[in-house]
Amino acid sequence: MKALSQKRRHPLAAVILLAIALLLTGGLYAVATATNEAKADTSVSYTAQDAEEGQKLFIANCATCHGTNAEGTADGPALIGVGAAAVDFQVGTGRMPMQMQGTQAQVKPGQFNEEQTHQLAAYVASLGAGPTIPEAEFTDVSQGDAANGAKVFLANCAMCHNAAGVGGALTRGKFAPSLMGVSEKHIYEAMETGPQGMPVFNDANITPEEKRDVITYLKSQEVNSSPGGFALGSLGPVAEGLLIWTLGLGIVLVFTIWLTSRSA
Amino acid sequence: MGNHSDGVQAKSSAVVTSQEESKEKFPDPGLPHHAPRLTDVDAKHAKTAERQVVLLFVISILGALLFWFAYFGIKIGGNYYDVLNPEANNTLRLQNLLMGLGIAFSMFGIGIGIVHWARTLMPDHEMEESRHAISAEADRADAQEIVETILDESGIKRRPLLRNTLIGSVILAPLTFVTLLRDLGPNDPSVLKYTLWDEGVRLVRDPSGTPIKAADVTIGSAYHVLPENLNSLTHENGYIEEKAKAVVLLMRLDPNDLKVSAGRENWNVDGIVAYSKVCTHVGCPIALYEQRTHHLLCPCHQSTFDATDECKVVFGPAGHALPQLPIAVDSEGYLVAQSDFHEPVGPGYWERGKHVEEMKSEA
Amino acid sequence: MSHTSVQKDYQAKTNTGKIANYLDQRVGMSGIIKEFGRKIFPDHWSFMFGEVALYSLVILILSGTFLTLWFNPSMAPTAYDGSYVPMKGTEMSVAYASALDISFDIRGGLLLRQIHHWAALLFMLALTIHMLRVFFTGAFRRPRELNWLVGCALLIVGILAGFTGYSLPDDVLSGNGLRIIDGIFKAIPLVGTYLSLFFFGGEFPGTLLISRLYAMHIMVIPAILLLLVAVHMFMVVLHKHTQYPGPGRREDNVVGFPVGPVYAAKAGGFFFIVFGIIAFLASTFTINAIWNYGPYDPSPVQAGTQPDWYVGFGDGALRLWPGVWPFHWEFNFLGGTWVLSVFLPFALMAGSVMMAMIFWPWIERWVTKDNREHHLLDRPRNAPFRTGVGVAGIIGYGSLMVAASSDLIATHFHVSLNDVAYVLRFMFVFGPLIGFLITYRFCLALQRKDRELVLHGIESGQVVQLPHGEFIEVHKPLDEYRRYKLVAFESPEVIPAQPNKKGKISLLEKTRGGLSKIWFQDRVAPVTPAELEAAHHAHHDAVEGTDSSAQIEK
Repeated sequence: MKALSQKRRHPLAAVILLAIALLLTGGLYAVATATNEAKADTSVSYTAQDAEEGQKLFIANCATCHGTNAEGTADGPALIGVGAAAVDFQVGTGRMPMQMQGTQAQVKPGQFNEEQTHQLAAYVASLGAGPTIPEAEFTDVSQGDAANGAKVFLANCAMCHNAAGVGGALTRGKFAPSLMGVSEKHIYEAMETGPQGMPVFNDANITPEEKRDVITYLKSQEVNSSPGGFALGSLGPVAEGLLIWTLGLGIVLVFTIWLTSRSA
Repeated sequence: MGNHSDGVQAKSSAVVTSQEESKEKFPDPGLPHHAPRLTDVDAKHAKTAERQVVLLFVISILGALLFWFAYFGIKIGGNYYDVLNPEANNTLRLQNLLMGLGIAFSMFGIGIGIVHWARTLMPDHEMEESRHAISAEADRADAQEIVETILDESGIKRRPLLRNTLIGSVILAPLTFVTLLRDLGPNDPSVLKYTLWDEGVRLVRDPSGTPIKAADVTIGSAYHVLPENLNSLTHENGYIEEKAKAVVLLMRLDPNDLKVSAGRENWNVDGIVAYSKVCTHVGCPIALYEQRTHHLLCPCHQSTFDATDECKVVFGPAGHALPQLPIAVDSEGYLVAQSDFHEPVGPGYWERGKHVEEMKSEA
Repeated sequence: MSHTSVQKDYQAKTNTGKIANYLDQRVGMSGIIKEFGRKIFPDHWSFMFGEVALYSLVILILSGTFLTLWFNPSMAPTAYDGSYVPMKGTEMSVAYASALDISFDIRGGLLLRQIHHWAALLFMLALTIHMLRVFFTGAFRRPRELNWLVGCALLIVGILAGFTGYSLPDDVLSGNGLRIIDGIFKAIPLVGTYLSLFFFGGEFPGTLLISRLYAMHIMVIPAILLLLVAVHMFMVVLHKHTQYPGPGRREDNVVGFPVGPVYAAKAGGFFFIVFGIIAFLASTFTINAIWNYGPYDPSPVQAGTQPDWYVGFGDGALRLWPGVWPFHWEFNFLGGTWVLSVFLPFALMAGSVMMAMIFWPWIERWVTKDNREHHLLDRPRNAPFRTGVGVAGIIGYGSLMVAASSDLIATHFHVSLNDVAYVLRFMFVFGPLIGFLITYRFCLALQRKDRELVLHGIESGQVVQLPHGEFIEVHKPLDEYRRYKLVAFESPEVIPAQPNKKGKISLLEKTRGGLSKIWFQDRVAPVTPAELEAAHHAHHDAVEGTDSSAQIEK
């Protein structure tokens, strides 16, 4: 026992332990997300060349944090088994590569074009099975049911993203982003993979059809203007209170001063 | 304070010396002279002002017409918030805008017109009215005497039995109506102890109502869960009240992350844990689950609970940890409850401590 | 007229006169006209907010009456079949379905809803500003203390009116608001659980609540509001309006415009203007988009769950009170569970702000021993202590109100939610004190500026050289009207603790004396004619005055 406890303090021990833990988690994840494979994507296919190009891009742009073999480091998680969907979402929305370490990866203009994103996804998908990019059928809002989508959205998503999908606050500087203007594919992938602090909504929890319904509901909010006039960011009573204390009070003040002043 | 001078001393001191009656207080110079307005001295300006008022009234009439145009002329209807066709929304928005602006113009026209009329064409001489004491001393004495006379003539002072029974009846009579409030609701707080969860009740998805296999709950996922037997209830026999107490959040964490206290070792299934979703602060559903930090956040008052540490409060105003639902897997692989919660769900209340003790001994 | 009456009636010549004559013989119209026709009302922009509140209330009742024609306050379940696509077929309460119908399927229904809701926000806003005006100008002093109480009651009943209305659509937002009310009820020691069970007719949410709230919202509360408004207006007429001090304005007169025609025209016209403002807001800005929230269901909740602004201080108090720091605020004691993390924010934080407001006139009278009638207002700077207290109150109330939007502050300014809470906790505790001190000093500085103006006039920017070579800037003296405005105020002095009849100084009186010392020990007295004369003779002296009694400084 003494020998073991001494070895435990060896500087490499932590690294080895971490590597084992990460491999285990990745493996577990791969097994656990097996339910998603039922809907394996057939519309997107990756060639060996894609994966090769992707690996080059990965080494050049991602390895600092995620490790040269995507095994993860202290600065970034392992990507074995996260699947193509995670890459397509994170890279496609510009969250990855991260600008800087922070509480949460921020959206910014994408650094890679579609082809490069595709290659990166191919590389990461080749490392282990994981959630895939959705088939076009499941992101087509003309086939979705907004009423069911509203139900699923209100039960599972509105608590963080707000009823109108405009986002909300989480703990210690984290936040749930606005869903307005996010592409159908990315919304789908976010539900599948659970980026950042978001929980995973795998296909066993919210079926692909239900995901499409949610997307349909969100898009119906996005394309339609509020019938009552400016929506004030759909933020609810706080925005309304702010308006009455600024614009409302301002107009009233102007009138009271005019009304009680003497005419020239 | 540097060099100060009014430069025209002679004139100013003349003002001061003219007020010989007081060295302590400046006298009231009285109302300033009334300066005439342009409309008072110039008939042309008065005419212009009149025309402006007329124009404002005409705007008001046009505003009313705009309202009717929007009300009758714009045809609304169809499907609102249609994902493929935003036309219905746009029409309703336009109608709302034009009707509202129509009313606004018709009101502003009248209002601004009248006020402009008052400001420019009605006299603007300030007038004075004196204040009188709210009541005179003599009046007060008279009133007191009248009250005395009334009391005397009624004989209420001389007949104490009459007075006392009257007071008694006047106090009691309204209490009959207060009593009627008694049946506003039940008065047995012990209903707060129990929920629909019981041994073997399956956990089903909210809102679809389908049961959940343990294998479906992957690490990082969160399920919003209801008891399967909820569906047997209807609006009349307590569906919504039971739902309000029974809502549960189901998460799978890495079993190594979980801190499990004695007696709760078997309450999770390989890291799948179920906690009441009703905030222990004032009852909002706590549904914001951050799968990385394992924090649960209440969006109403920001109470934060740590899912790895049996949902103890880590921030915010909540007073105690979220109750945990003991779960197991049934023979078909679906998740079921082992029993009801072991403490009342939701916010604290006066009898809660007592209920916790009772539930402990019942278990 | 064939027969001759015993008493010859007054014969009117004009048509107006004839109508007046008719009414006079039946309802005594001439007395009313004599009393009110030329009654004087002072004119100042800050006096208009009470009117804004009154007119908003009229518009609320008008639009509310229209809404009752379509709204159905039943909690019975129904499947929605209106034209809002994302809810088609969804099971919901009849109340929510009828609120959706008003929004989408009844022409102008959405506009009515928005008019009603914006009017409610404006009503509470105007009420608040009106109360602040009354406070800062000291208009609550004798004989108007009771009317201040009526005003406070109006504020509280107004909050109830707003909250019951906010709850009626039975959507997820309002339902979670009611759930919070349930939690607050339950936190009341001893009787809380029963209150909650009675209020909801059983366990939350029950099947009766919306119709109960509806009866309150459209019948009981408006009746109380109207009664209070009637009492309030009656007292305004009885006391006559206060006025700002100035030339010609004394304690024993009212200067202003007669009701007929000027004041009636302005006040009447202003009603239409307020209506116009509300209609403008309702046509251009969406308010309470209930269709986004979905039908009430105890399971979901959404980010941005907040009450309307006037309930915000209560919600903010709930957010700020720590639950388990530095110890558990929920514990068992004396046979019951004390839920102090919910009870204290209301009883202590929101409650203390309310109580201080209600009892202020009596607190001030007790300390100042000033029981005279006051019809002339104070300029806020001339009552530095009161103004400081008012600002402290605004900061205390304001930090609670801001706390109710802590999550939105966090997301919109990219800061941590937790840090926002820490900062606001600090603000609630220390902000009022800091605000008081700054305001108090600021008022004294403004008073000194007034003295400076009176003593030395306005800087003309004209520099001249005197015969002996000295350069001075010419100061233009104020005219007597402007000067009077700056010197016509009282500057009360400290009244030390007085012994009572037995010759003893009670602890209470000692406290009063102490408060009086804090209240008035720093004060700036108005310029006296003697000082002004002295200043003119000795223009090289400091502005503070040559006479040491003129200004008592610490």
